[in-house]
Amino acid sequence: MSHGHDEAPPEPEIPAGEGNPGGLLTKLRAKAKSPAQLQAELKKTQVWKSIFRHKLDDSPRNRSLAVLSSVFLHLHPARINRDAVRYSFTWGMGGITFYLFVLLTLTGTLLMFYFHPSKGEAYRDIMFLQHDVPFGNLLRNMHRWCAHAMVITTWLHMMRVFMSGSYKPPREFNWNIGVMLLLFTMLLSFTGYLLPDDQLGFWAVTVGTNMARATPVMGHEGPFGPELGFTAFNDVRFALLGGSVVDANALLRAYIWHCIAIPIIAAVLLIVHFWRIRKDGAISGPAPVMLASEITD
Amino acid sequence: MDWHQVWELVSLPDNVPIVLLLLMVPFYTWLAFREAGRNDRLIAALELDPDMRKTHHRVPYPWKPGWPKTVHVWPHLLKREFLAAIIVTTVMIVWSIVLDAPLEEPANPSLTMNPSKAPWYFLGLQELLVYFDPWIAGVVLPSIILMGLMAIPYIDVNPLGNGYYTWKQRKFAIATFLFGFLVLWVLLVIIGTFIRGPGWLWFNLGDTWDHHRVDHQVNYDLHDFFGVTGVWQVFFFGLAFVGGFCAIVGGITHLWVVKCMPLMRKRMSLVQYATMLQLWVLMIFVVAKIIARLAFTVKNFWVTPWFNV
Repeated sequence: MSHGHDEAPPEPEIPAGEGNPGGLLTKLRAKAKSPAQLQAELKKTQVWKSIFRHKLDDSPRNRSLAVLSSVFLHLHPARINRDAVRYSFTWGMGGITFYLFVLLTLTGTLLMFYFHPSKGEAYRDIMFLQHDVPFGNLLRNMHRWCAHAMVITTWLHMMRVFMSGSYKPPREFNWNIGVMLLLFTMLLSFTGYLLPDDQLGFWAVTVGTNMARATPVMGHEGPFGPELGFTAFNDVRFALLGGSVVDANALLRAYIWHCIAIPIIAAVLLIVHFWRIRKDGAISGPAPVMLASEITD
Repeated sequence: MDWHQVWELVSLPDNVPIVLLLLMVPFYTWLAFREAGRNDRLIAALELDPDMRKTHHRVPYPWKPGWPKTVHVWPHLLKREFLAAIIVTTVMIVWSIVLDAPLEEPANPSLTMNPSKAPWYFLGLQELLVYFDPWIAGVVLPSIILMGLMAIPYIDVNPLGNGYYTWKQRKFAIATFLFGFLVLWVLLVIIGTFIRGPGWLWFNLGDTWDHHRVDHQVNYDLHDFFGVTGVWQVFFFGLAFVGGFCAIVGGITHLWVVKCMPLMRKRMSLVQYATMLQLWVLMIFVVAKIIARLAFTVKNFWVTPWFNV
């Protein structure tokens, strides 16, 4: 571990007298321990052993324990298919998507400290973030671009899973969880779009939620909606916006969906998604190719 | 050619992701097919050589007897994950320093933005609004897309290609998926972003976005071409056309499957097969409606007092 530290050159003798009263410094020096000794003793302390449960020297056992005994790493198996680490198989897309989700949670939490989800204040808070808050503009930009990037990486992750046939048995259910996560990723981005309360967000959300008017049976402009008594004041769009137009209630609802409700739903689905990867036999490949002539059914 | 207009569109901060999409989607499509090609060549070699089947490890990557089939996650996977995290962080920080997130004027319900666009990832659906009533484009089709995606693992009965890239073993599945994803989703997003200008009119890339442009195109419902009048006559004409269209497309697809993919049909239950056929016919129907509108100025196939299709 500590190559190069064991044999420190001997310290020059310090004469007793000024700076070394009664040879105290010499005595202390004689008692001093080398960094390697200190390190070895530190690892014997109760504090150290309570935190790190296994040794760190490079052995197959410790390599496995490094993954298995860490709460952050234990979603991984200890060993994986040697070809599965190839970039050309997974493209790293699922992992990158999750990492962007983490970045978005961090930047989003910081943004929440500066944001009031109410008309008038919301827009001013964004201006405040852009012009006054230290690194506020960088924070907002990061959140925006990570969100867009996450939509793209989610699509590409779906494409990779399809192209490698990874949704096939036994992973059918996890593909379905993934489809739901795809939907919630876009809904997360969509609900965030309104929050700056500017023209861009307002009209994008107006266009988007106007679709809900036309919901069959449940929208006041959809097929059979009016016949069932739905108006602009009680249909599904009203429920989404908390009103008949995009206004203060819509801003508050978008905020709560965006910051609390959908992240919780998405987090639960993520837990299931990751859990199922392991339970369905870890990552799907690169699996040995099969031949049509070998299939009997 | 109005290069200024092109630059304005491409450099709009919120459009940068679509530029990114334009580069990344073709790259990853190519990457998937490169991997598929490697596997397909290996499969062809194995089919020809029974001895090789028994000895080969069946992955087109180098491997020697005695090499372990698995590696430790620490460090072989974790170092890659760490590297990916560093690269993504760097890219996101640089992107965030170079480009500011857009902020328009404060929301003003009395001043409509023109064009008024949904967020870019929903522009494919907004583009579908040109061709379908809002209840279809905005509610029914997205629901069917989601349900169709969820149905995929249960209607794809092909046991081959599980966990490796291949084209030759899964031609039908891959062609259908890529058509849906690349053409009906990504291409429509790109059209909605770069081609649709003020009034949601079609502006070729490089045309100046003229806010005063008036489109004189007149669209007809299909029954107008045949001189059908009267509410019920129109209703039954449309019903017959849509029903006939689906029956013919479904029938042709069925014949094609039976003739060219008999094994697929044999492996499927009736429910699986019917679901697959319905989704397939629906996809063709969406394409037919887009072509009918763009090429033949047809607005609706089926007009009823309650809804139009």
